[in-house]
Amino acid sequence: MDFFTEPAFFVLLVPIVLVAAALGLTERPLGHYGCAVSLAMLYLLFFRSVPALVYASCYLVASVLLYRWVRTLFTRDDPNKMRGYYLALAAQIAPLVLYKIGVLFKPDFPGFLGISYITFKAVQAIIETRDGLIKDMSCGEYLYFLSFFPTFTSGPILRSRPFVADVRANLSRMDYLDRLYRGIGWFVLGAAYKFVGSAIAQWGMWFVPSVVGAPALKWLVTVLFYGLDLFFDFAGYSDMAMGLGLVLGIEVPRNFNLPFLATDIKEFWDRWHMSLSTWLRDFVFMRFSRFAMERKLFPSRHITACVGFGINMTLMGLWHGITPDYFVYGLYHGALLAGYHYYQQTSKFYKKHRRERWYQVVSWVITMLAVFFGFALFGGYVVSPLLS
Amino acid sequence: MNDIDERIVALVADISGEDEVAEERDLDLFEERILDSMAAIELLVAIKDEFGVSIAPTELDREEMNTVNKIIARVKERL
Repeated sequence: MDFFTEPAFFVLLVPIVLVAAALGLTERPLGHYGCAVSLAMLYLLFFRSVPALVYASCYLVASVLLYRWVRTLFTRDDPNKMRGYYLALAAQIAPLVLYKIGVLFKPDFPGFLGISYITFKAVQAIIETRDGLIKDMSCGEYLYFLSFFPTFTSGPILRSRPFVADVRANLSRMDYLDRLYRGIGWFVLGAAYKFVGSAIAQWGMWFVPSVVGAPALKWLVTVLFYGLDLFFDFAGYSDMAMGLGLVLGIEVPRNFNLPFLATDIKEFWDRWHMSLSTWLRDFVFMRFSRFAMERKLFPSRHITACVGFGINMTLMGLWHGITPDYFVYGLYHGALLAGYHYYQQTSKFYKKHRRERWYQVVSWVITMLAVFFGFALFGGYVVSPLLS
Repeated sequence: MNDIDERIVALVADISGEDEVAEERDLDLFEERILDSMAAIELLVAIKDEFGVSIAPTELDREEMNTVNKIIARVKERL
């Protein structure tokens, strides 16, 4: 059963939401219920493919054991704790990396739906355990965090500390009611994005190019609707997941915040697929910058930041799949961010005019052109045609 | 006014390229778009460099370090 697309999924949500609401409104804890429902839903997600079911189950169990091991190393202050930490990180990331490389050679290489998102979550937990920020998350809570079904297949990427705080919170009836209302609102908005917005964009993508003549115009219109479809489809999933999470008492981080209002490329990444961009910022860009600065790898902080942007975004691109299209997409956004960063730091023109209305309008137009060209790269409208 | 305050103000000014932070230390740096999330990370790295104070990027919420004064307070807590 596919989440958020198959009718059976939405039918099942009715009893799930009703029981959650009954528990929440009578001020009973939702954690055990949410965990049981999530595991049952994962079974339904995978039961048609036994290998995927077995793989996903083993992955979950192994991740919990790995977390418990790292936590023990650091609470005991074991002399080999750092070695254990790197080992655990490598073990946690290996299945995803193997999968991404494996599918290049063998399309049915072992993997399971959601392997990317679960990897992000598990890596965060291991890194923050090392940082001393996670000390008392139980294995049961961690299992629930990893298997939380609303976000399992397509994000947003949850963070364990706010998640566990929500699981432990004894919500009063009014607090739960607030989440329930907001949850229903987000779910309806997400469904509208996905089933109306995305449907219109997809219609535009085949209809409008069929009535315009010039090839260049056809390409432009296709890319425009493709970008809109990308937004409505993904933001739709994310908002529905956010809504379901709230009904289960969990604040799921927002993934899209009106990205088409961004007036520069940095702001775009603060508004687009935010749970991924903030994850990469915290766990890749930051770690890389610190590593590079401590070892003085580059002559200045600005250059370090620029290289960091490049690595960060190239990784982001490749995470979608190891293909020339995604690689160039990542590289492109890395270059945009690095270039814009340099411009911001050095341009007197920018400092003088950045708060003026006309400047912001021009900056918005340029940003949107750059963003939609990025969508064209992502969708395979540029690199693939050139290569073939 | 002391040395630590001055050095942090200088760091924020250098990273953001805005000198007004020295005068208005309760200005919301994110609201005013003086810092963005990437610059905030740069600031944490620079603080580690300058003071040896390590703040994990996910340790603090944005509200805990969104003004110059709050950043100074966070660093002093950890010195």
